[in-house]
Amino acid sequence: MNHFQLKGLKATRTGFGEGVLEGSRKNNNVVVIGADITASVGLDGFAKAFPERFFSMGIAEQNAMGVAAGFALEGKIPVFATYAVFSALRAADQLRISVCYNNLHVVIGGAHAGISVGPDGATHQALEDLAYVRALPNITVFSPCDATQACKATLSALFEIKGPVYIRSGREAVPDFTPSTLEFIPGKTQVFNEGTDLSIIATGHLVWPAIEASKILSSQGISARVINLHTIKPIDEETIIRAARETGCILTAEEHQLHGGMGSAVAEVVVKNYPVPMEMIGIDDSFGESGQPDELMKKFGLTAENIALNAAHLLKRKNN
Amino acid sequence: MENSIEHLRNIARSIRIWVIKSLAEAGSGHLGGSLGLADVFTMLYFNVLKHDSQNPAWPGRDRFILSIGHVAPVFYSTLAHAGYFPLEELLTLRKLGSRLQGHPGKEHGLPGIELSAGSLGQGLSVSVGLSLGFRLDGLDNKVYCLLGDGELQEGSVWEAAMAAGHYHLNHLIAIVDRNGLQIDGSTEKVMRLEPLRQKWEAFGWEVTECDGNNMEELSFIFGKLAQGSSKPQVVIAKTVMGKGVSAIEGDYRWHGKAPTRAEAERFIEEILNI
Repeated sequence: MNHFQLKGLKATRTGFGEGVLEGSRKNNNVVVIGADITASVGLDGFAKAFPERFFSMGIAEQNAMGVAAGFALEGKIPVFATYAVFSALRAADQLRISVCYNNLHVVIGGAHAGISVGPDGATHQALEDLAYVRALPNITVFSPCDATQACKATLSALFEIKGPVYIRSGREAVPDFTPSTLEFIPGKTQVFNEGTDLSIIATGHLVWPAIEASKILSSQGISARVINLHTIKPIDEETIIRAARETGCILTAEEHQLHGGMGSAVAEVVVKNYPVPMEMIGIDDSFGESGQPDELMKKFGLTAENIALNAAHLLKRKNN
Repeated sequence: MENSIEHLRNIARSIRIWVIKSLAEAGSGHLGGSLGLADVFTMLYFNVLKHDSQNPAWPGRDRFILSIGHVAPVFYSTLAHAGYFPLEELLTLRKLGSRLQGHPGKEHGLPGIELSAGSLGQGLSVSVGLSLGFRLDGLDNKVYCLLGDGELQEGSVWEAAMAAGHYHLNHLIAIVDRNGLQIDGSTEKVMRLEPLRQKWEAFGWEVTECDGNNMEELSFIFGKLAQGSSKPQVVIAKTVMGKGVSAIEGDYRWHGKAPTRAEAERFIEEILNI
């Protein structure tokens, strides 16, 4: 088992902003397009350091997405980040046609994703963004598990990926645990815990609870493999199929609607290649609501305890 | 690239004929707007734009962004006449495997397309980004963006217009095809656009109105635009849908229709005899 050192609590949006800033120091083609919530999505550092490369577009996300496409046509590396409900969903058609159909290298940040946005409530909690963006051709979709990984994913998006990239991040400070030496390879999942009885595939904020769940399960004599699916698209079929073959059942966990999310993406791979029993943890066809992030995570079952409970249930199905 | 008015008129005539031929062959597509814009396209590609059909990726070229993607037939016909690809290829319009997609799609490899577009309301935003990019690089390439008048009902157009005004994008030129018609009928009935000049002015643009089917006037207007401005500029070009074919001129039912082969023959005959 990997024993991660908890470095503290830090929001993935902050890691995203740090990645943009670091990348901008390396390459002056990076430009940022703002939509009024610059600090909120971790880009105030960039705006201060490089005011000449920061372009405020106001509260007008559809235009901002198109403007980003225009910058990319002129050889710039544009970053457009706002809340995921606005970047992935309000500007959905601009993302589809101006960015993805043209296969332009635009880095799109979807911040404040998931129920853990907290008190702002349903309007600002993106729970459908992955379902939409992963259906778009040409795009790469990252959903990093902590701030350290968010920074690495962002640098990869800026300099390794050639087409459109969507990076999902959250608002809440969450455990920052991956070592800075852990390499981020786009499309290559990370097995955080080898196990033989079942596989838990998690993404984003749910990876840490999945690791915690594996400890609970371990105390019950259950060996759970934990996989960090940080790239939703292109999906790492090889690791998923191996997990199905070697552990015989798969539990997914995500802070997103069950319809069309990461669990669905995993299921698409499993049913086509190596069908095994699956359970999925996520938001079950409802909107979010106001509350403290931890209260909401508990209410919607996005906790280590609930992952462990579902794992035990899944194991019964497997063994029957 | 200076061409005499008479020469330009002849090119426009041929562009129209090939629009009709390609649409008749395709069996579907947008004839009305394409014919109405033949003069504007001729003016742009044979008298205004800096471009090189033998080197479509020449960095020094002006950029032409077609926001109103459904007039692809006149765009393609113009590109072919300008030497980007053989005229005969126009007859593959809308067919499986063709580089001439129903709405421009760059990934199919047709030279001369800057942007895959056609979902209305997006081209001006991309043009704003391009203009800002040129400015950041210290370049003075111009960006021309062609919009339909019905398209102006899309709110995103006004987001882009606001941004262009905010950033004083004086190398950005928008052209509005003001034919007054859209699929359901008159623009003023479907959703009123007037007072259009004042709307653009209020968003910080310099506005010019002209007869978009009068080659002399177009030549004069674009000559004046070249002198520059401190603001983004918009030309509201009043055109007649279906221009050149009396049987369909001003008839909104020809917005999204292709001629039959028999109709195409009659239409072409009329254009040849003008």
